[in-house]
Amino acid sequence: MSVFWSEAQEYFPFLLVGAKVTLELSLISMLGGMVLGFLAAIGRLSERRFIRWPLEVYVEIWRDTPLIVQLLLIYFSLPEFGIVLSGFWAGVLGLTLNLSAYLSEVYRAAIMAVDPGQRAAAISLGMSPFQEYRRLIMPQAFVACLPTQGGYFIALLKDCSLVSFISVNELLRHATIVISNTFDSMNIYLMVAVIYFCMSFASARCVGWLERTLTPERRKTVGVKPIMSELAEEDNTL
Amino acid sequence: MSRAPSPVLHLEQVYKSYGETTVLRGVDLKVFQGDAVFLIGPSGGGKSTLLRCINFLEYPDAGTITALGEKLCSQNRTHFEIAPEKTLRHARARMPMVFQQFNLFSHQTVLENVMEGLITVKKIPRLEAMTLARTALDRVHMLQKQNNYPDQLSGGQKQRVAIARALAMDPPVILFDEPTSALDPELVSGVQAIIQDLSAQGLTLLVVTHDPAFVQSTAHTVCFCGDGYILESGTVNDIYGNPRNERVRKFVQSSGIQRV
Ligand SMILES: Nc1ncnc2c1ncn2[C@@H]1O[C@H](COP(=O)(O)OP(=O)(O)OP(=O)(O)O)[C@@H](O)[C@H]1O
Ligand SMILES: [Mg+2]
Repeated sequence: MSVFWSEAQEYFPFLLVGAKVTLELSLISMLGGMVLGFLAAIGRLSERRFIRWPLEVYVEIWRDTPLIVQLLLIYFSLPEFGIVLSGFWAGVLGLTLNLSAYLSEVYRAAIMAVDPGQRAAAISLGMSPFQEYRRLIMPQAFVACLPTQGGYFIALLKDCSLVSFISVNELLRHATIVISNTFDSMNIYLMVAVIYFCMSFASARCVGWLERTLTPERRKTVGVKPIMSELAEEDNTL
Repeated sequence: MSRAPSPVLHLEQVYKSYGETTVLRGVDLKVFQGDAVFLIGPSGGGKSTLLRCINFLEYPDAGTITALGEKLCSQNRTHFEIAPEKTLRHARARMPMVFQQFNLFSHQTVLENVMEGLITVKKIPRLEAMTLARTALDRVHMLQKQNNYPDQLSGGQKQRVAIARALAMDPPVILFDEPTSALDPELVSGVQAIIQDLSAQGLTLLVVTHDPAFVQSTAHTVCFCGDGYILESGTVNDIYGNPRNERVRKFVQSSGIQRV
C-alpha cells in the first residue's frame, strides 16, 4: 500500500495531465455530438424522403461499425485526401460523428414524445415551426432526455481511452507511458480507474443538478406521488 | 345585432380526406362578426376536422376559405391553392383555438402560458405582455393561479387558462373544440359562463359541443354537421324546434331537447 501512495505522489500529476486531455476530448465531442445529433434528429423527422433517407444511412453507418475502426480510418485515411488532422482533432471528429448518430436517436424519440396537443396549441397561436422548436419542443425534449444524455457523456468519457490508439496523450496513454517506466501496472491502472471514476461520478452529479435546475419544481416528485396515492387507495380497499 | 355585410369566416365547398376516408365533402359555412356559431352533430361527423381545417392545423384538400379578410386557400375550376405559411400564421394568431384537452404548455406557469403567444408571435415586449396576460387571466378569474404549473390545476381551471391564452391574443374570433367535454360536470358551467360572457362582449365564436344545454344558452346560430356536410343551419329554435332535415330531427330528438 505504501508503494501505491509513493507512486501516486510521483505519477498522479502526470496522469492528471492526461485526464485533462480526456476531459477536453469528451467535452468538445459531446458538444459537437449534441449539435450534429440534434440536426440529424430534425432531419430524420422531416417529411421529405430525400432528407430522411441519407440521414438514416448516416446513423446506421456510425452505429454499426466499431468506434476504434472509425477512429483509425479517420486518422490514417483522411491524410490520403489531403486532410491532415492531429490525433486530438481526429479523435474529436470520430467521437463527435459517432456520438451524433446515437444522440440523434435519443433526440428523435424525445421530440416525438412531446405532446401533439401542445404542439397543436403552439401552431394554433400562430407560431412558426422554428418558434415551436425553440419555445416548446426543445425545452421539453431536452430536459426529458437529460438523464440519457448524461449516460452517453459518461460512456464517451470512457470511450476516449480508445483515442490512445491514434497517439493522443490522454489518460490511458499517459498510464501506459508510466507503466513502461515503472512496470507496476496494477497500481497505475488502479489510479487510472480512480480518476475515471471521479470524472464520471462528477459528471453524473452535474447532470443530476442540471436536471433539477431545469425542471420546474412540481415535476421532481411527479410519477412517484400519483403511484403512491394509488397504492394508498388500493390499501384502503383491501 | 348589427351584421357586417361580409362574413369574418367564409367556407365554400371545403373538402378533406385522410387517406381513403373522406371526412369533409363540401362544407359551406358563413360566420358573421359577433356571431356565436355552434357546430353540433354525430361523433365522427367531421366537426373537429372542420375546425382544424379552418385553423389550418390540417390542410384542406379543396375549397375556398376566407378568414378575417384573407384568402387562406382558394379553389377555381382546376386549381387549388393554399396561402403562404406566413399568411396562415397571421390568420391563426387572430383566430386561436381552445381544445378539449386544454393543451397548456406543461413546462410553463399559467402566466407564461398566457404570455407565450404575445411574446413569441406578436413580439410584444415582456412587461407589456405580462400586463396583457394578467388582464386576460383576470377575465377568466384565474389571476390567483398565475404562478402555478398546469398540472397543479383542476380541469376547469386549465380550460379557463387555455381560454385566457387565446383571449390574450386579442383575436376577433376564437375557435372552441368541445371545450367542456373533458370536464367534471360541476366544472362545466363555470367554463360555459365564461364563453357566454365572451360572446356577450362581442367576440365571434365558433364552438363545437355535444352539450345541448350549452347550445341553447349561448348559440346565435346552430349548424348541424354530419357526413361531412353542414346538413342544416339556423337559430336554436329552428334546429331544436323545427328542423327541416330528417337526420337533424332524429339527432335533436335523441339528444333530449325537443323544444326550447
Ligand atoms: N388524423 C386522422 N387520421 C385519419 N382519420 C382521421 C384523423 N382525424 C380524424 N379522422 C377521422 O375523421 C372522421 C371525423 O373525425 P372528427 O374528429 O372530425 O369527428 P368529430 O365530429 O369531431 O367527432 P367527435 O364528436 O367524436 O369529436 C372520423 O371518422 C375520424 O376517424
Ligand atoms: Mg371532435
